[in-house]
Amino acid sequence: MASDTKAATSFEEGLKGASEKVAEFHEDKGALKRLQHWLHQTPSAVPMIVLVVALIIFGLLSPNFFKATTLSTILQQIAIVGIIGCAQSIVVLTAGIDLSVGAIAVFSSVLMGQMTFRYGIPAPLSILIGLGLGTAMGFINGWLVAKVKLPPFIVTLGTWQILLASNFIFSANETIRSSDIAAQAPALQFWGNAIQPGGVKVLYAVFLMVALVAIMAYVLRQTAWGRHVYAVGDDPDAAELAGVQTKRILIQVYALAGLFCAIAGWVMIGRFGSVSPTASTGQLGNIQSITAVVIGGISLFGGRGSIVGMFFGALIVGVFEMGLKMVGTDPQWTFFLIGLLIILAVAVDQWIRKASA
Amino acid sequence: MDQKGIGMTVQYSGEPILKGRGLVKRYGKVTALDHCDFDLYPGEILAVIGDNGAGKSSLIKALSGAVQPDEGEITLEGKPVHFGSPLEARAYGIECVYQTLAMSPALSIADNMFMGRELRKPGVMGSLFRQLDRPAMEKFAREKLNELGLMTIQNINQPVETLSGGQRQGVAVARAAAFGSKVVILDEPTAALGVKESRRVLELIRDVRSRGIPIILISHNMPHVFEVADRIHIHRLGKRLCVIKPGDYSMSDAVAFMTGAKLPEGVTEDA
Repeated sequence: MASDTKAATSFEEGLKGASEKVAEFHEDKGALKRLQHWLHQTPSAVPMIVLVVALIIFGLLSPNFFKATTLSTILQQIAIVGIIGCAQSIVVLTAGIDLSVGAIAVFSSVLMGQMTFRYGIPAPLSILIGLGLGTAMGFINGWLVAKVKLPPFIVTLGTWQILLASNFIFSANETIRSSDIAAQAPALQFWGNAIQPGGVKVLYAVFLMVALVAIMAYVLRQTAWGRHVYAVGDDPDAAELAGVQTKRILIQVYALAGLFCAIAGWVMIGRFGSVSPTASTGQLGNIQSITAVVIGGISLFGGRGSIVGMFFGALIVGVFEMGLKMVGTDPQWTFFLIGLLIILAVAVDQWIRKASA
Repeated sequence: MDQKGIGMTVQYSGEPILKGRGLVKRYGKVTALDHCDFDLYPGEILAVIGDNGAGKSSLIKALSGAVQPDEGEITLEGKPVHFGSPLEARAYGIECVYQTLAMSPALSIADNMFMGRELRKPGVMGSLFRQLDRPAMEKFAREKLNELGLMTIQNINQPVETLSGGQRQGVAVARAAAFGSKVVILDEPTAALGVKESRRVLELIRDVRSRGIPIILISHNMPHVFEVADRIHIHRLGKRLCVIKPGDYSMSDAVAFMTGAKLPEGVTEDA
């Protein structure tokens, strides 16, 4: 025994005289390292800087840019993308992706309209039914991802097609006209109302978007559920062992995303006036929301980023579109620059990730 | 086969705090646990050693609720218990530090320590708005790390991924010690660590025991096992072969027992 113990520890005798400090945390003082560390802690900083720079540049190039009407128009144009972006953000935070967001939004708006006009259900009840069915569509995505363990990309690629086709079949490609809605079911157009302080029109939809972003920022940052969403996206096995019910969180996230999309569907009726099954959101909603999420610094690998970043990302897209239009360039430059931003955003994300090592 | 008396050169008085009897776990045709017995006594460090595939991890998973045995009984402080999940085992005061540590790299030390058992603010902010009580959680986390002498970690809000391997292990042990009121299980705590960091973790293990919490230590590192363990449970072919005291046998004996090269006195192995 005695000899064994000696043998057991003798190899550590070489430690004598070595530094007693174990695994101390060294603050790296290099400027670049500190920037990297700061960005690591504040993931929404990059899109915020880009946004401020874009605002300054367009403000200098176009004297009309900093008018209240211009800014309120930008907000109005990103309202729907911003709300769908909330849905996309929570899904991407769990290391998933939701390609069906636009389809859920359009289908929900069609359901709300048809419930009222085809079946004669009172508009407020139709809206509730539409919100419920949108949530159910998200729930199906979540169930397939969490319980059947299919990859989110494949699941939502499938449900995108299925829901969009169901939307066309159910609506028989029929558009409900704006004037009919205004006359018979104004509740459907609620979010198209506006306040006009000093002649500047601000849609209710803009306030809704800002409120949803604020609520989700609080939920993700300040509640246990929010921390669990990050943990699931970061390392699902670790989260499970640490006591997070990962499957339940995933289903809740996709269902909540469905609810947000249905809310976006309701907002679409207010924004466009009519209910149209062929609204472009059905095809483009997913790409637009993923763009906002990526430019906003949310990592596609999950667990990193903030919903406020997504909001900045959506604003950047809106500012680019409006600014380039006012400067009078070819609108294709918008997509050119946004494409560049996407690649830049992902490159920055990879760089920030290296900080952790 | 009766595993109780045979080869048990160590006799403890009193009842085991955690006891397994006749545990069986099968995965298809593979029998990972074959009527395995297990005893952990209050206040001891029990090492569990065994060759790869001997069923150590199945045993530990059964004791920590990660798998449910097909047969057999587990008792905690004399009362039969059934763990449907790691969460249920945790509710009984059994904490496990997994080899992977089960921490979320991007989240802070405080977030990780309270993962799955967060504290909420008192009053309406906590009950209705479900707001986390961050100051309380940070204070608690800081205290626990301090108790184990780990406050070279300066910022309780720094992400776990910015910590070194030894620090992460320290945080994981602190988490288990903070919440494990009955039993702390450590799975290969030094496997990924350097010499100095391993030493620190061994000290941590002794610190935790000195506060009266019994520890189950799974390790392949014989010097570490012989240094800290009070008793060594040798696992072979899905069951307990024997329990030895580190003072009575040499490391090579222990290795011979666990690989089947030699049998302890009084034990017959059925082919």
